[in-house]
Amino acid sequence: MKPFAYVRPGTAAEAVAAFAAHTGAQYLAGGTNLVDLMKLGVATPDVLIDVSRLPLDTVEGVPGGGLLIGAAVRNSDLAAHPAVRTRYFALSQALLSGASDQLRNAATTGGNLLQRTRCTYFQDISKPCNKRAPGTGCPAREGVHRDLAVFGHSEHCVATHPSDMAVALAAFDASVHLHSTDGDRSLPVTDFHRLPGDRPQVDTEIRVGELITNVELPPVPPGARSAYRKARDRASYAFALVSVAAVLAVEDGRIRHAALAFGGLAHRPWRARRAEELLAGAPATPATFAQAAEAELAAAEPLRDNAFKVQLARNLAVDVLSGLAGDDTGEQS
Amino acid sequence: MSRTATTVLGAPAERLEAREKAAGHARYAAEHTPSGCAYGWPVPAAVARGRVTALGTADVLDMPGVIAVLTHENAPRLGEPDDPTLRLLQDDRVPHRGWHIALAVADTLENARAAAAALRVDYETEEHDLRLTDRHPGLYTPEEVNGGFPAVRERGDFDGAYDSADVRVDAAYDLTALHNHPMEPHAATAHWHDGRLTVWDSSQGSGSVRDALAQLFGLDRKQITAVSEHVGGGFGSKGTARPPVVLAAMAARHTGRPVKVSLPRRQMPAVVGHRAPTLHRVRLGAGADGRMTALAHEVVTQTSRVREFVEQAAVPARVMYVSPNSRTVHRVTALDVPTPSWMRAPGETPGMYALECAMDELAVATGLDPIELRLRNEPDTEPDSGLPFSSRHLGECLRRGQDLFGWQRRDPRPGVTREGDLMIGSGVAAATYPVYIAPSSASAHAGPGGVHRIRVNATDIGTGARTVLAQIAAQALNVPLESVIVEIGSSDLPKAPLAGGSSGTASWGWAVHKACSQLAGRLADLSGELPPEGVTVTADTREETGAEPAHARHAFGAVFCEVQVDTVTGEVGVRRMLGVYAAGRILNARTARSQFIGGMTMGIGMALMEGSTMDERFGDFAECDLASYHVPVCADVRSIEAQWIEEDDPHLNPMGSKGIGEIGIVGTAAAVANAVRHATGVRLRNLPLTPDKVLESLG
Repeated sequence: MKPFAYVRPGTAAEAVAAFAAHTGAQYLAGGTNLVDLMKLGVATPDVLIDVSRLPLDTVEGVPGGGLLIGAAVRNSDLAAHPAVRTRYFALSQALLSGASDQLRNAATTGGNLLQRTRCTYFQDISKPCNKRAPGTGCPAREGVHRDLAVFGHSEHCVATHPSDMAVALAAFDASVHLHSTDGDRSLPVTDFHRLPGDRPQVDTEIRVGELITNVELPPVPPGARSAYRKARDRASYAFALVSVAAVLAVEDGRIRHAALAFGGLAHRPWRARRAEELLAGAPATPATFAQAAEAELAAAEPLRDNAFKVQLARNLAVDVLSGLAGDDTGEQS
Repeated sequence: MSRTATTVLGAPAERLEAREKAAGHARYAAEHTPSGCAYGWPVPAAVARGRVTALGTADVLDMPGVIAVLTHENAPRLGEPDDPTLRLLQDDRVPHRGWHIALAVADTLENARAAAAALRVDYETEEHDLRLTDRHPGLYTPEEVNGGFPAVRERGDFDGAYDSADVRVDAAYDLTALHNHPMEPHAATAHWHDGRLTVWDSSQGSGSVRDALAQLFGLDRKQITAVSEHVGGGFGSKGTARPPVVLAAMAARHTGRPVKVSLPRRQMPAVVGHRAPTLHRVRLGAGADGRMTALAHEVVTQTSRVREFVEQAAVPARVMYVSPNSRTVHRVTALDVPTPSWMRAPGETPGMYALECAMDELAVATGLDPIELRLRNEPDTEPDSGLPFSSRHLGECLRRGQDLFGWQRRDPRPGVTREGDLMIGSGVAAATYPVYIAPSSASAHAGPGGVHRIRVNATDIGTGARTVLAQIAAQALNVPLESVIVEIGSSDLPKAPLAGGSSGTASWGWAVHKACSQLAGRLADLSGELPPEGVTVTADTREETGAEPAHARHAFGAVFCEVQVDTVTGEVGVRRMLGVYAAGRILNARTARSQFIGGMTMGIGMALMEGSTMDERFGDFAECDLASYHVPVCADVRSIEAQWIEEDDPHLNPMGSKGIGEIGIVGTAAAVANAVRHATGVRLRNLPLTPDKVLESLG
């Protein structure tokens, strides 16, 4: 094992200072992914800066109706939070559909966003992988890739982001608050994760040393309901083949607000902007939902063995949107 | 309160070591740490085929804590083993990716691992060949298949009968490789002392481990003690000695220190065996009444270049149904792949998947209920051998299950039962597993204080073997179960066969029964007090088990399953499953139920999610951890029930038992697949039935 130092700062300011003071530093939160990657030899930090016990472990209301989630809030606590369960139901569903009880008890909000792809080539240091070892190639493109991307991939990388939580956050237009020695900034969660392009080794727009302090959820649009659905190879404890998060408000049979995001399709949660354009103001019918989903998915570029994801994503979107619309009209979904 | 001896056999006795295991006191192979113990970490080959041309051993030896690096250049020379997969570090050949080419030994696990990771290895690579097809130029007919069965059997005139049959089914089924993945990885600790070798090994049979080590290291068996006291599952993959025990013993000899080697999960798929992929073609010909006139089951499979292992998947077709004209054939080709081996019910599991799906297809083709079709094809004698069955209650299992499952309420039309987006269907399949018995010895000792000590080198791989042997002893001695102490899991104990082929309880139990019966007689004859040293009897069943059986002996069963197929996602869920078995006398209702439903659960995994993908570029299995190799979790198993028919079969052993460890997986995947077909109306012939395949089939 590669020896590493361990630092436990008391505040976010101390954490970013500690990061700046050490070379080869990496933040450690719940460790549910990073520790695995260290065991696999994929991550080889010299210093771990443990941010899991920073005072960032609360969920608080924001004036105007939003919610501010500390980066160290555990996935299980966030899923169970009354405000999340009542107003951001898709987020609760997404969290509970991920991993196992034990992992959710350890995993944090910030860490969940920063987890890395589960592409088997990325996790196997005996093989090439542009994300892990830039310039070595992407064997997944022609190799085992049933679980990988259909959108936004490049010749260099076809990985998917594995998070469920991030997909729901994308549909709720959450933003990620970042802290560094240069100050604070925030990014929409939809811009937080990158597409691989020619730099697949970089997953997100986070800068070196920056620390996620909070995730902020804006108020839910009036009358909106939300839902998350995930398809997978077994009933629990499996990553999404495809998942969908939707937020929908319907008034007088017409769609007043629609946000749709897919998981399992791309290197980041895939916010379906094209579909949303078609949904806005349209009648809330399954035909509309199908049309919108198909318009979004028409641009998909599936690989040899993952074309099923396109159909699956379409079905999930139509099902979830129809369910949400049905709830509003009192119809059976 | 002690249980009375007369009711002890068959009772749901709790595992004797349950408390010890729950409290963490039960020690497994890697938990034995002799003083001065060093740690070994194997280095897997990173190419699919070739030769090691250079090793950077010297650099690694300078690393912290490193004691030695064993490679083909310096490792102890081994004797020629029966099993060539144990011929480790003897030459520079790389027969497949993941083959162990070195072992780093250090003072700590971490240092050994770092050394293994740092070892530079140069290879000369060769073209590799990894893809099995039914037209592979290397296909040949082996001399025999696993279990010693003939590769080919022909009876009557299959071609003629098939061509003239009223109803014909001709179907191909493909199964991927499957991995055993027991919870406890393969691990061993080896210690040389005073010219003797002691190993603690995670094995299904410490006797076979001892024998393999004696062969490899040129030792007398008496110089070796192999211990497998507690084992966290094996499913066949620990039925023979595996690389960790050989590497640990080599390293311990080389370094003069005890050495422990525990396989990381990711190394397991390449070196501890797996179920080989199988390609099946099944042809059934029947009269309009469903009575079969022709049956062909042709299997194509693969083995490695290290060793021939041929999954005997066409063998159950020789046992199951009336088939006056029959052809059963196995062909195999050697590829640059890891070596396949035993996995729970080898032969029966893949073979009965194909045969029982084909029977379902024949039921559809004839318009018969699938239970009725099977009842109409019950043979009077074993079709292949002509021997009478010692007992065969498949029909009773089917009928009992029919009632318990509520089969009569089933609408036979496919694709008509819906609940919203869900399509609902149910399926049935038969199960079978042969009765194997091997000679065993055991000793029984009556000591002062009413203690009865049973000694036999049985292995409890989590099944409850220890407990059932105590029950057999208590019954034979007519004493309370609490008075019986059972010592198992060491090659120093009276010789006994491994836990495999569902033969353990029958084989060990017979010897225990014999020793205890004789001891009871000796105690009855005793005039006066028990001598202070007690009375000991040792018995051996070589004679009883040696005779060629005059009967065909098999357990049978029927599996019923209800599934839902989600038309939105293609996800299949098993709503309920029932297995009804006829497996002789059930000796412990609690542990037997666990065995049955455990096997059935593994069958759900095979049907819906388990599968290992050969990476054709690299030559390894893509799913090499438990995050990617999906086995069922609790949420996948909603309602599962096992029932059994009490069978009174005098042709087995004194307990009247058949094996129960494997039959639970047999037929289960077919029951699920048949239920999916009933739900959707579409037949999918390649497992596992993952959402991608199912969704595509729904169009």
